[in-house]
Amino acid sequence: MHPALAVIFLTLFSGGGFGLMALTAIVNDFQIDGGLSPMQTMVAVLLSVLFVTIGMLSSTAHLANPKNAWRAFTRWRTSWLAREGVFAVLYYPFAMLYLVWVFFTGGSADVTGLLLANVAGALGLITIFCQGMIYACLRTIRQWNTPLVPANFYAMGLAIGATVLAALRIATGGPAQTLVGMAVALLAAAAVLKGIYYFWIARPNGPTIRTATGFNRSNVRILDQGHTFGTFLTQEFGHTIPAAKANTIKFLMYLFAFVIPVWALALALSLGLGSLAWLAVVSVFFGIGVERWLFFVEAQHVVNLYHGRQQC
Amino acid sequence: MRLGLVIDLDTCVGCHACAVACKEWNTSGTTAPLTDYDPYGARPSGVWFNRIRHYEVGEYPHNKTINFPMSCMHCENAECVTVCPTGASYKRAEDGIVLVDQNKCMGCNYCSWACPYGARELDRVSGTMKKCTLCIDRIYDREIPEEERQPACVLTCPAHARMFGDLDDPESPVARAVRQRGGYQLMPELNYNPTNHYLPPRVHAPIPTDDLKKKAVRKVKEWVNRVVER
Repeated sequence: MHPALAVIFLTLFSGGGFGLMALTAIVNDFQIDGGLSPMQTMVAVLLSVLFVTIGMLSSTAHLANPKNAWRAFTRWRTSWLAREGVFAVLYYPFAMLYLVWVFFTGGSADVTGLLLANVAGALGLITIFCQGMIYACLRTIRQWNTPLVPANFYAMGLAIGATVLAALRIATGGPAQTLVGMAVALLAAAAVLKGIYYFWIARPNGPTIRTATGFNRSNVRILDQGHTFGTFLTQEFGHTIPAAKANTIKFLMYLFAFVIPVWALALALSLGLGSLAWLAVVSVFFGIGVERWLFFVEAQHVVNLYHGRQQC
Repeated sequence: MRLGLVIDLDTCVGCHACAVACKEWNTSGTTAPLTDYDPYGARPSGVWFNRIRHYEVGEYPHNKTINFPMSCMHCENAECVTVCPTGASYKRAEDGIVLVDQNKCMGCNYCSWACPYGARELDRVSGTMKKCTLCIDRIYDREIPEEERQPACVLTCPAHARMFGDLDDPESPVARAVRQRGGYQLMPELNYNPTNHYLPPRVHAPIPTDDLKKKAVRKVKEWVNRVVER
């Protein structure tokens, strides 16, 4: 698949933003590490809204005809893409109301505040599921057609959110022991889940050039693709990556997405260094951005079978 | 009613006339134009509803060239319609034709991801997704003679390798051809249940080559060779 930056930024930033909102609600629900101060809560919610907005705006850059984008909310009965849009928009009023509530009353952990925070967090988590299902429901791309996709989106969205929350706490003061522990646990869980995904997609299965053409008992070989130069199909679906190069990038991805953030958070906690904690945030965004890029480049659409690929 | 095409892989000669006729008709049809990019340059490309590919099937000497035209299959389980967030993609209840409402499409490409057959192509100029309409502006046109109320690709095919009709009616010529010739659907394991069917090449008795009568010249040559060897 063509790795369009607009779509990579959509799931990367909005996933992190929704994860941050959900964890902000949970930390204030259970007063983890004494809960967030009203100021910290406001910064966390603002960052969450900012990330989600970056994601949503960049997704419109992917549209060839954005003047019809408003229609994308209409088919929520059948389309996961429409559902994602509906739930993402529903998240905004609750997140903004929580922000306003904390600003005027300072009640980051009173009943009204927590109600707003938890509804916003839940809507965000539902949106992450819809985003995962956009890809997981496609039977045409076996690397995406697995329940591990929404599971990965959850793990990584929450891991980004936890990293941002821990960094915010370290940088602005207050006990951060449990917050860093939570971030490390979520980063580790995300790393393991992504490892399971890579193991799962490494095994070839699904349609072949034989079932694509119907000559099930013979070897089939392309003689001519029938076009002079590339088509929409080759440009959108033709991308591929050699296994050795993919493995190198996966190693770097694990380094930036999981190893460096864990190391930076642990060190920042023991030294009380806010700048090192923000390095963890930058690293986790970069690393998971690379993961999302690989997610697209490694996805092999079955239409490639008609262009001569033996298996996808 | 379930309108669709039946394509005979036995007689298709791979001339691309169906693709050209399709392009000619539809570039001024309901979803017109079918934009071309750099048509006379070094990297020509553009929007087509119908593409023909060529395969070699089997191993020498039992191999065969198969010409393979593909357009929208007008699937029963049209996932392209299910995933469309705007409602631009729809499947007509009365005849099963899958269409894109050009006024509603936002050009997100998602339907093309859901299509296993590569039937949908984005027009970069209009910003909308375009696809085979089964020449809906021909087949229902009462102004043209009845025998011409067929898709442009079917009318133009010089090898009569394309047939158009109602695959729901068991006595229609297309349904009978599918029944008698063992017509099949592409990638049935994905369960899209495409309407278009493909007729496999007929099995011909192999032409014997080992007992061919030797030509006179060759006989003389062989005799000369024998004489020289002695």
